[in-house]
Amino acid sequence: MAHISSGVACSHVPALGVASDTGISGDDYYGPIFKGFEFSKQWMEQEKPDLIFLVYNDHCTAFDARIIPTFALGCASEYAPADEGWGPRPVPVVKGHPELSAHIAQSLVLDSFDITIMNEMEVDHGLTVPLTMMFGQPDQWPCPVVPLAVNVVQYPAPLGSRCYALGKAIRKAIESYPEDLKVCVFGTGGMSHQLQHERAGLINSAWDERFMNLLVNDPDQGSMIEHIEYLREAGSEGIELVMWYVMRGALNRNVEEIHRFYHVPASNTAVGHMILENRP
Amino acid sequence: MGQQKLYDDIPGTIVFDSDQAAKGYQLNQFCISLRLAPNREAFKENPESYIDQFPMTPEQREAALNQQWNRLLELGGNIYYTSKLAAYHGINFQELAGLMTGKGSTAYREMMVAGGRPIDGNRYKSEWEDK
Ligand SMILES: [Fe+2]
Repeated sequence: MAHISSGVACSHVPALGVASDTGISGDDYYGPIFKGFEFSKQWMEQEKPDLIFLVYNDHCTAFDARIIPTFALGCASEYAPADEGWGPRPVPVVKGHPELSAHIAQSLVLDSFDITIMNEMEVDHGLTVPLTMMFGQPDQWPCPVVPLAVNVVQYPAPLGSRCYALGKAIRKAIESYPEDLKVCVFGTGGMSHQLQHERAGLINSAWDERFMNLLVNDPDQGSMIEHIEYLREAGSEGIELVMWYVMRGALNRNVEEIHRFYHVPASNTAVGHMILENRP
Repeated sequence: MGQQKLYDDIPGTIVFDSDQAAKGYQLNQFCISLRLAPNREAFKENPESYIDQFPMTPEQREAALNQQWNRLLELGGNIYYTSKLAAYHGINFQELAGLMTGKGSTAYREMMVAGGRPIDGNRYKSEWEDK
């Protein structure tokens, strides 16, 4: 049977993709960030998941204002990197796992999560930047990916508690899939940041630290953080951190924090990253 | 519409909620259309006739043509959309933030390198009153 072994939390700042693609990931500005992921790349080589379930948000790329699904599950056999206005990122096409996707889609709806099914979808930096941070620049991504796109652009994003519950339902779905697959779940986005209007540039490192501690040790409480707290304390775009709770919900109550990295800034954003392994 | 919202008291922030989204639909669709190269070409060739394909308000149209970045947000624009218009003008996210905050690129970049805008003093509009 398929099982979930670990979780990765990771910011998906577009500038990190640009830094990797243009060969400046070792400079004074980006170097310290990419250094924080060196451990992670080694860990990934040991962990060798058969599949990544990747929770991210689309930034008006696959979905413009016409269609805004709160939760959209990728069910395609592949996902091409999208042109976000300056040409598609020069990274490999992301391979999917349509059979597992179909199984998860069915399981979720029967579990009262009425998700949207995407049989064709391009993916933007929200999905490809975390892959770059965790795998570097391979010719092919080392395993297939099942993407889940969450609306965090138009308020309100789904509640943290709902994301947490969805994570639990995703776990149930994955664990009832007959193929022997080791799955790593990614929750992406964050940390504190505001991209817009006069308060742009807001960073709240103390809040970010508390958020990471709660995520690991007391997710029942952390998943209850209200939207107004995200908006006020973590910035209007920091609310995308609810997506980390989908990942957390898919893991055991008991996890071991293998790695934590935090850095300010990447462009306008605080970069946060954690690796969590399931423990009995 | 017009209802008090919990987040109304956050300073320097336009929450892109359903009211704003409804107001800004055509404006945002205009901005996002510039994601694709042929549309950027068409806009470059004739900005006025290109933008007129999107029936927005005269205020939105003016703000878009004149790159009034904060005004665009107030009129229903969302940053992930307006950033495409900015990209068209060769302005990246960080430069755009420099413009919206009134700091300019260099001072804004320095603020970020120094740890960003602190949360203290930036939670409530009341804290900005004697700014
Ligand atoms: Fe994002």
